[in-house]
Amino acid sequence: MYDLLVSPFTDFAFMRRALAGCLALALGATPVGAFLMLRRMSLMGDAMSHAILPGAALGYLAFGLSLGAMTVGGIVAGLVVVLAAGVVTRASILKEDASLAAFYLLSLAAGVMIVSLRGRNLDLLHVLFGSVLALDDGSLLLIGGIATLTLFALALLFRPLALECFDPAFLRGVSRWSPVAHYGFLMLVVLNLVSGFHALGTLMAVGIMILPSAAARLWAHELPALLGLAVVFAAASGVAGLLLSFHADVPAGPAIVLACGFVYFASLLAAPGGLLAGRLPVRHHLES
Amino acid sequence: MHPAPPPVIRFDNLTLGYERHPAVHHLSGEIATGALVAVIGPNGAGKSTLLKGVAGELRPIGGHVELAALPRGGLAYMPQRSEIDPGFPVSVFDVVAMGLWRELGAFGGLNRQQRQRVREALAAVGMEGFESRPIGSLSGGQLQRTRFARLILQDAPLILLDEPFAAIDSRTVEDLIRLILGWHAEGRTILTVVHDFDQVRRHFPTCLLLAREPVAFGPTPQVLTDTLLARARRLSEAFDDHAPECHRADLATPGEPDDHTPARADVVPLHGHRHPHGQGHGGHRH
Repeated sequence: MYDLLVSPFTDFAFMRRALAGCLALALGATPVGAFLMLRRMSLMGDAMSHAILPGAALGYLAFGLSLGAMTVGGIVAGLVVVLAAGVVTRASILKEDASLAAFYLLSLAAGVMIVSLRGRNLDLLHVLFGSVLALDDGSLLLIGGIATLTLFALALLFRPLALECFDPAFLRGVSRWSPVAHYGFLMLVVLNLVSGFHALGTLMAVGIMILPSAAARLWAHELPALLGLAVVFAAASGVAGLLLSFHADVPAGPAIVLACGFVYFASLLAAPGGLLAGRLPVRHHLES
Repeated sequence: MHPAPPPVIRFDNLTLGYERHPAVHHLSGEIATGALVAVIGPNGAGKSTLLKGVAGELRPIGGHVELAALPRGGLAYMPQRSEIDPGFPVSVFDVVAMGLWRELGAFGGLNRQQRQRVREALAAVGMEGFESRPIGSLSGGQLQRTRFARLILQDAPLILLDEPFAAIDSRTVEDLIRLILGWHAEGRTILTVVHDFDQVRRHFPTCLLLAREPVAFGPTPQVLTDTLLARARRLSEAFDDHAPECHRADLATPGEPDDHTPARADVVPLHGHRHPHGQGHGGHRH
């Protein structure tokens, strides 16, 4: 048992680094993903993760596999898309999904093309699927820093953000926080996608944000419980995915996301908000 | 002129609409402090648009809405189609507590006395015992009661309600009307879009009859007449894509001859500023 669960982390430094990265992602990216889900923007996260790709790819094209260049490129590209889409949404009759959908396909195509202009397939794989098992100090600091910043920002924005999700008209009526919450949140999404992108790649980063949140939503009736449970799910999936990757010799990123998927399906089956709960025969209903 | 309390809202030749099409145009008049006004009119008459304009959600195409100096958060607006997301994981208690935003802001915590006020507001709308229920589990009437409990805590001097009784059972409607009358007695100014003329006759002292343009504005018995209602029905038409430009704006300013301003032809005085049937332009704004 010890060999199975603990010794991979005690014996190998790269596993410890991967574990630290995953826990940081679970603490930072997953709560952001929970708000994405509550704002009905789950798929938007996916679209935005692709919008980040051409920026990261341009950084890669100019400076090779450099952490700083790819990070800055990704953040800049993500912010440009988010601000443009936000302005389009708030100023026109187009909904946010419409203003992002076209962009996401174009960005993915452009990003893959830019990467393949110079790189080999291995680099492309790194960008698409990340390298959680090869996190260097810089990447780890970046992921940890973004997770810390995210936690502080969410603590500050918590109430306006929750209201912006739940009843935006009311928030607009009582305060000027609405745009702050909206754009602040979108910036957090971009930051965390970039951070997830280093560990899990653009395709997988959204997985650790949305899947644990969706699973937690099936259990929780209150926002704090939802956020806490989502973090626990994400952290557990991270550990499980890393162990699976270690023992079965499969890529870590997909293994982590599949572990998240396992939690999600288990919740779907067992949770009070899930599939079975409404279909099981009720023996005795309550009096009131 | 008899002394009247200062107006809390002043419409100055106000035109509101979408893409140059007016939803309500050339509305002038004043809402006195403490007035309880029913905004009535056929579908598409611009009632909701007017409330949106007062709430600041919609910028006027022409003219102005002037609000008396209100404290921040002093205007409470309850839209008809609520943007509330019923799937959001939040309890009834927390929803009602949002009404305390003006006191708490983005960071403040609830103290014991404020928790007590939240419970009292829930009790006032007949929702005690629902504190920890998720918002998504409420019926339509219960949700409306919850929104009213939040309004109670908002404690706003000016309250705009857009069809608060739509698709609500009659007992809830009675309870909510009692709340509104209570607010009226406390001296708050209330504009409510209502469809049921019986309710209007029984409870609302003042009426604003809209049909894209103001048809009548004044004491309810003088507004809710068959002639005026028939006129309102005639006036309200669909948007015409090829409608000519409206140049009534230049004519509707106070002091202009009234025969060019059908918008104000039947305006009934709210508190003696103008006389019925349009001879009153001389009495406006001394």
